[in-house]
Amino acid sequence: MDLSPIWLTLKLASITTLLLLIVGLPVARWLSKGRSFLKTIIEAVITMPLVLPPSVLGFYLLLAFSPQHGLGRWLQDAFDVQFVFSFKGLVLASFIYSMPFMIGPVKSALQQLPASLAQASYTLGKTRWQTFKSVLLPNIKPSLLTAVVLTFAHTLGEFGVVLMIGGNIPGVTRVASIAVYDSVERMDYAAANTYSVILFTITFIMVISVFVFNKYQAKSPLE
Amino acid sequence: MIAVAIEKNLKVYRGKHVLKINHQFKTGSITRIYGPSGAGKTTLLKIIAGLIDPEKGTIRVNNVPWLDTGANISLSPQKRMPGFVFQDYALFPNMTVLQHLEYATNNRDWINRLLLLGQLDTLADHKPIHLSGGQQQRLAILRALAIKPRLLLIDEPFSALDPAMKAELITGLKPLFAELQATVLIVSHNPVELEGLADGELYIQPL
Repeated sequence: MDLSPIWLTLKLASITTLLLLIVGLPVARWLSKGRSFLKTIIEAVITMPLVLPPSVLGFYLLLAFSPQHGLGRWLQDAFDVQFVFSFKGLVLASFIYSMPFMIGPVKSALQQLPASLAQASYTLGKTRWQTFKSVLLPNIKPSLLTAVVLTFAHTLGEFGVVLMIGGNIPGVTRVASIAVYDSVERMDYAAANTYSVILFTITFIMVISVFVFNKYQAKSPLE
Repeated sequence: MIAVAIEKNLKVYRGKHVLKINHQFKTGSITRIYGPSGAGKTTLLKIIAGLIDPEKGTIRVNNVPWLDTGANISLSPQKRMPGFVFQDYALFPNMTVLQHLEYATNNRDWINRLLLLGQLDTLADHKPIHLSGGQQQRLAILRALAIKPRLLLIDEPFSALDPAMKAELITGLKPLFAELQATVLIVSHNPVELEGLADGELYIQPL
């Protein structure tokens, strides 16, 4: 039994979640403050993966990063970086595809905090970063946990977008969801079942943990 | 001396009005600010704190410009560092009473003194959710005092306190204000609430 798709999936989900934490939190904070046309557009773009068929997103990523075309060719020539059919490409696709699951709940939670919390911190001489770290983030812990778990779990379940940009290369881009599909294609139902049970168990434990931790108040991914 | 000359358009129910203030507050004075609801009392405090910018105006504190819209000067709240007691207290739900004060200052003696003044020393490890309204209000006042501000802006400070606690706190606060040489601006609806504390008044009239 080849368990490399499971490890690859866990590695992909961990890296994606970590990257989205680093990038998504400041973006969520920025989006949570005030409104502007630019913010509306950016928020719409971030939300698109929720409604767009994964294959469509994967198709455009494939075109954008193909070494035969503009951006992909430039990345290949200038930095010797190739996203198509590589693990890096899976990370990029997962990052884009899971963005709404990290940014949405965090942005919503930040918006619900009274503005006076941050203002009180500023008048105590604290910087924006100190305020974010010590006052805002600790007070949105349940939503932050929800966002992290949803991002991780959603990345575990990706199929269309990773298949389009990564293909099915064993040990490189064959993640668990693709291994399930591949096993069924080969009529190896036992292997498909093993991968499926492992994925099901991991995601169920994660989601139930969030419900328990948040005292049965798990947030909707759209909140 | 704190010289405030500002103009700010305020959106109110069924229209707009202008908050226009031209006033000088003597250093070390305690001024009661009052006026009808929606007149802009809280907005004035936030403008002085640097949390809101007015359309035009100047604020000078001991001749140092904190705000000058003509010269494009507006110091951040972090640089102005006024003690600010918010109407909704703005307590941090994740912090205990002691952590609120430790977040504001490292001065342990000062923290202990404030805890005794606010009678919160026995509740130091309690989070705001476990405090009564009056205790929360006292904590908000203590947190603002923790940074030893030279300017203290207080929005409806004693509304949740019972008369005995109010009198006791006022008695304790007055010498503290004097010790800090703080100029204090207090928004209060209740004219008798600040008797014996305030030495000046500013009425804000909506224009």
